[in-house]
Amino acid sequence: MSYTTTAHHDAHEDHPSGIMRWLTTTNHKDIGTMYLIFALIMFMVGGSMIMLVRAELFQPGMQLVQPEFFNQLIGVHALIMIFMALMPAATGFANWMLPLQIGAPDMALPRLNNWGFWLLPPAAILLTLPYILALFGIGDGAIATGWTFYAPLSVQGGIGVDFAIFAVHLLGISSVMGSINVIVTIFNMRAPGMTLMKMPMFAWGWLITAFLLIATIPVLAGAVTMLLTDRHFGTHFFDAAGGGDPIMFQHLFWFFGHPEVYILLLPVWGFMPQILQTFARKPMYGYKVQVYSLWAIGALSVVVWAHHFFTVGMPVPALLYFMYSTMAISIPLAVLFYCWIATIWRGSMSFETPMLFAVGWIILFGIGGLTGLVLADVAADAQYHHTYFVVAHFHYTLFAGGIMGIMAGVYYWLPKMTGHMYNEKLGKLHFWLTAISFNLTFIPQFFLGLAGMPRRIPDYALQFSEFNMISSIAAFVLGAAQLLFVYNIISCARGGKKATDQVWEGAQGLEWTLPSPPPYHSFTEQPVVK
Amino acid sequence: MATQSQGHYFVPNPSLYPFILSAGLLVMAAGFIFSVNESVPGHSAGSWMMLGGLGVILAMIFLWLGKVIAESQGGHYKTWEDKSFRWGMMAFIASEVAFFAAFFGALFYMRVISVPELAGFDPEFTPYKDFLGAWPSAGPGGVVLGTEYTTAQFTPMGAWGIPAINTLILLTSGATVTWAHWGLLKNKRSQLVMGLFLTVVLGLMFIALQAYEYHHAYNELGLTLQAGAYGSTFFMLTGFHGFHVTLGTIMLIVILLRSMKGHFSPEHHFGFEGVAWYWHFVDVVWLGLFVFVYWL
Repeated sequence: MSYTTTAHHDAHEDHPSGIMRWLTTTNHKDIGTMYLIFALIMFMVGGSMIMLVRAELFQPGMQLVQPEFFNQLIGVHALIMIFMALMPAATGFANWMLPLQIGAPDMALPRLNNWGFWLLPPAAILLTLPYILALFGIGDGAIATGWTFYAPLSVQGGIGVDFAIFAVHLLGISSVMGSINVIVTIFNMRAPGMTLMKMPMFAWGWLITAFLLIATIPVLAGAVTMLLTDRHFGTHFFDAAGGGDPIMFQHLFWFFGHPEVYILLLPVWGFMPQILQTFARKPMYGYKVQVYSLWAIGALSVVVWAHHFFTVGMPVPALLYFMYSTMAISIPLAVLFYCWIATIWRGSMSFETPMLFAVGWIILFGIGGLTGLVLADVAADAQYHHTYFVVAHFHYTLFAGGIMGIMAGVYYWLPKMTGHMYNEKLGKLHFWLTAISFNLTFIPQFFLGLAGMPRRIPDYALQFSEFNMISSIAAFVLGAAQLLFVYNIISCARGGKKATDQVWEGAQGLEWTLPSPPPYHSFTEQPVVK
Repeated sequence: MATQSQGHYFVPNPSLYPFILSAGLLVMAAGFIFSVNESVPGHSAGSWMMLGGLGVILAMIFLWLGKVIAESQGGHYKTWEDKSFRWGMMAFIASEVAFFAAFFGALFYMRVISVPELAGFDPEFTPYKDFLGAWPSAGPGGVVLGTEYTTAQFTPMGAWGIPAINTLILLTSGATVTWAHWGLLKNKRSQLVMGLFLTVVLGLMFIALQAYEYHHAYNELGLTLQAGAYGSTFFMLTGFHGFHVTLGTIMLIVILLRSMKGHFSPEHHFGFEGVAWYWHFVDVVWLGLFVFVYWL
């Protein structure tokens, strides 16, 4: 692809200053920045919660927290990390980079875009407010059911469940608005000449993510609405005495919950090939087949949900169906892995921080994928279900596959966004500390799970002591290492070596044709893609 | 997608409406939570908070859409912007389809899986000895979370009374709104206004009959929200649908008033079409309700 661009250096930036700029903005870069900062803050909040959990699990026995509080911590940790760290980070990138990558003047529906962001802080308040209310004797704290809201526990639960239900409603509206915006932007705002099959892979990843969100988030909204009426208005959706079924909640929840995994990962699968090709200085391998694989995974992700509760007691044909369809996902995913590796194969690679994260990501996310294949086996899952094996597995997919992927994206685009280079040494240190302590945190948990340690329990039998201690110490290092990340981002935003327009030698794509940082309004005249 | 540059895209000025709207949602949600939890201090303030939040939300929707209408009348929206609204509305309706799918899913699951299964236990061990599992069902009854639930006795809602009339009403209203659209396309303003007026009247009739049906269900049929599987699914599905019809009717009233003020042109009337699409959507959902909730 080649481009003809006219980058405008707009002198006038017609927006209010101070706090009002951020409350009222309709600018995709401002909104993207808010999403990313919000995600970073909530990442630290959710992370601190799990530090407390790991501190409690440092030794067997109950030392620091009450079991009820422990239950609240793990559930809110998951809800925050999924809905308020990973998803907003991906949406932040979409806001910042999609218009730049496809040569659009802005997102298609800018006011809606602003609303999408400003729904998030109220959701965060709703989710965490019960902790504070409990200090004043109102209610008994935040949701204590884990992030999955399983009935009947959630029907019995305290006021925290209601708060979480409404938090999920607001998050759902936010995601749907964000998705509408992405879909419209991609279909309607591409630069002349940029056909769908010339789009950057990130746009493909996000397009499929947006479709999945539109299809599944409302189902979650419906499920928690039924939960709310079961709790307060006497319906019997999840109640056998009235003809309902608690297991129906699991079906509804995971109909959303499984695609959610891909919602978290598809944006990363979108920009990761771009990072790999930049630092391998080679064209992306298998563009078309990657697009088809993303679609295949997106389609399969909505028909495999019941593998999250194989042990609940389903008919054998259902078990077999969900097992085989789940395993089928590994085929397009293996194709993607092949393409990622082929992209860097024999490239002239250099290992700046984004590339370190990208390569580490391939390996660690690979472990996450392979352990998922094991869990998909109905017979094997009977042993692994609800153990720490599952916890370790989904942290390999969501922390390594999701968060570390996002971190690669942060280091990759930070110079473009801020106009300054980040501290490379600190970035590399952050990567090595994260990668090593992450593995030391979660590899022991695989063995704990295999040995039968159940998840979500604040106490454990003595034979699990050593591995838990290793896991906790490594988790503290992992948590502390993220302070480097925060520091690096802040100092990069405040100053540092000037970044060039292209930033990375091998970088390709429209966003690198603009100055670093790009002007407030970019592509007011659309570039022509040949 | 155009092969040539499409000129300038309208990016609206900074706006405080979305932020205040979100704050209103926060207050309303918190108020709702306080109002449904009797044991919590602050319970009495809950409904007032809810009302206050709702007021803010309504005011913001009014101002926001008013601004959009002003921008539209000001000529800011050209073909390019128009296309964005079309894509956006389609995606929004798709998300609404998914929302209703959750409740239809619950209905099918209860009818096909959970209710028959409760009757299908080994007679020696079943806690539900006399339960046959036939639909419509309010479940076998029993102790639920510490409170006794006795199966509600109710008569299910028949399909061929009010629901059949309502089906006719909604189908007719789909025709009248299309007739109004033809009027708009041919620039026959009186046909446009008349068609919309008829559609609004039919919508209001539907809502009135639905309200009467609820009254009938509660007072004469013993069919309540608490009546087990049937009551839960019946009222959730028809209730959310009725809520959407109400929203649709309000939207129709807005575009009726706009048409009377001379808004919309044969070439440029996304506001009209968006509402018409939405109206057809609630129409189609109703057909699903009529078949699966009332009839079969």
